[in-house]
Amino acid sequence: MSVTTTQLTTNTVQVDSHTINFGPQHPAAHGVLRLILEMKGEVVERADPHIGLLHRGTEKLIEHKTYLQALPYFDRLDYVSPMCMEHAFAIATERLLGIEGDIPERAQYIRVLFSEITRILNHLLNVTTYALDCGAITPALWGFEQREHLLEMYEQVSGSHYHANYFRPGGVAKDLPAGMEARIAGWCEQFPAFIDKLEGLLTNNRIFKQRTVDIGVMTAEQAIEWGFSGPCLRASGLAWDLRRSQPYDVYDRMEFDIPVGRHGDCYDRYLVRIAEMRQSLRIIAQCLAQMRPGPVKVLDNKITPPKRGAMKRSMEALIHHFKLYTEGYHVPEGSTYSVVEAPKGEFGVYLVADGGNKPYRCKIRAPGYAHLQAMEVLSKGHMLADAVAIIGSLDIVFGEIDR
Amino acid sequence: MVEALQAALLAAIPEARLTTQRGGAELVLHTPREGLLALMLRLRDTPGLEFAQCMDICGVDWPERSERFEVVYNLLSLTLNQRLRVIVPASETTPVPSVAAIWPAATWFERETWDMYGVVFEGLTDMRRLLTDYGFEGHPLRKDFPLSGHIELRYDEERKQVVYEPVKLTQDFRSFDFLSPWEAMTTLPGDEKIHLNRVEGPKP
Repeated sequence: MSVTTTQLTTNTVQVDSHTINFGPQHPAAHGVLRLILEMKGEVVERADPHIGLLHRGTEKLIEHKTYLQALPYFDRLDYVSPMCMEHAFAIATERLLGIEGDIPERAQYIRVLFSEITRILNHLLNVTTYALDCGAITPALWGFEQREHLLEMYEQVSGSHYHANYFRPGGVAKDLPAGMEARIAGWCEQFPAFIDKLEGLLTNNRIFKQRTVDIGVMTAEQAIEWGFSGPCLRASGLAWDLRRSQPYDVYDRMEFDIPVGRHGDCYDRYLVRIAEMRQSLRIIAQCLAQMRPGPVKVLDNKITPPKRGAMKRSMEALIHHFKLYTEGYHVPEGSTYSVVEAPKGEFGVYLVADGGNKPYRCKIRAPGYAHLQAMEVLSKGHMLADAVAIIGSLDIVFGEIDR
Repeated sequence: MVEALQAALLAAIPEARLTTQRGGAELVLHTPREGLLALMLRLRDTPGLEFAQCMDICGVDWPERSERFEVVYNLLSLTLNQRLRVIVPASETTPVPSVAAIWPAATWFERETWDMYGVVFEGLTDMRRLLTDYGFEGHPLRKDFPLSGHIELRYDEERKQVVYEPVKLTQDFRSFDFLSPWEAMTTLPGDEKIHLNRVEGPKP
């Protein structure tokens, strides 16, 4: 036996590193995401999201509109939770006007009530389409029926299915129509059973868990440094909720729990959203119980329009109406960064006023923007199919990311 | 709440130039570009400040200033439930140190600020445009950039491809000036005539 005969054979398998262009037209891209995936075999090496395909220049447009005209743009940001976006802008404007203490109580309750309806609306869409991404069709079919009930409520209060333009600086556009409170209460009664049914389909579903458990894990430290907020931050184990820590409107009177995950994976993000829907129901019930009749906007006609009837009789009211819808109100010089806990996370508006009737600068801080940025960290080393699950779990909507 | 933060800030960073907004409800820290990174590190790591999250970075354009841009950082402390705004001046040519090494979340926010305003970030590894089109020229959120933009694109049926063309407006862009003497104005138009034609009488 000689050493020389021992031949070392190395078998190198060449796995081509190649790039995949995921999107912008892909049903699992949740809109117009173009994701450049550098793959090693079927494993993701790098993920480079290209965003901006839905960029409409909202911030630039807002600089050319009065404060009242700027509000409808917010519906079109995160178009699955429009009223929460309006809420952020309304609060920012109110703070600069210095009228945040004058908002009538009923208006605050209505805003909280509809913010929570919006939260359910958003989570319903996210959870069900997420299930669709993971191969389950039924949740989407069921969930959209419930969404339709909620959107009808939108329509009844604002006249519009999606782009409500309902929250205004100084309150809400108009009071709830007669019988609305009973209708919401009636809907709330049947909804817990629906969540149970939905959970029955997904929570212990073996296929769903195989697709989501331990996929896209975000530790608490990572979540903090990547600027996460909302359900994605809570899924990583931080009990941080702006409704609790920095309450606005009447959230300080509401009793609710903050659901928290432990692992920060896709499955936890799903569980947090399901639990949040149940908490939202609690808040809705409390709003309905505590709400009292009263005015729904500040009485200062420099900021909110006068009643239609008054315009027919009062010259003053007519002038106010005309001036409000042409020139608009002037907002004193100053700046504010105002946030709300939108269904997706911290939605902030950095508003700079120069004393004129138009915002000097309006920066919109979208939660999904920070979440999508972490796509590379989340998907590195995962399979291609997991990238789809991760995108779904982050709750990406391009209206707010691209602005 | 803000007072506590103000005291903590002044204790940790004695040279800090602080102002408030909204009657003291929001705290703003003004700082030059030099030493920004050291300051940000201190804001993040000093006990009592603990701004672990950088929630937003954006630019603001003030064309009449000598350094026309402001870069605005909105920081959040989860442990102390505090917010702080840091404002840094910049111009087209002066780079601002990138904070992407301190908060990785800053990367996209800085890319967007570069895209929208043309503020250069020193040390930012990825300086591609983010929101605008591939091959876009200009910085659209600058105040001197027109609202309608410079180019538009459409699908050309004959050439069977998307073509870029200069913007053609069938009607001129109209910007109505609604500013008028409605309590917002303190001096009415025409007031100056009174002062012009007034004959000053002998002083008593």
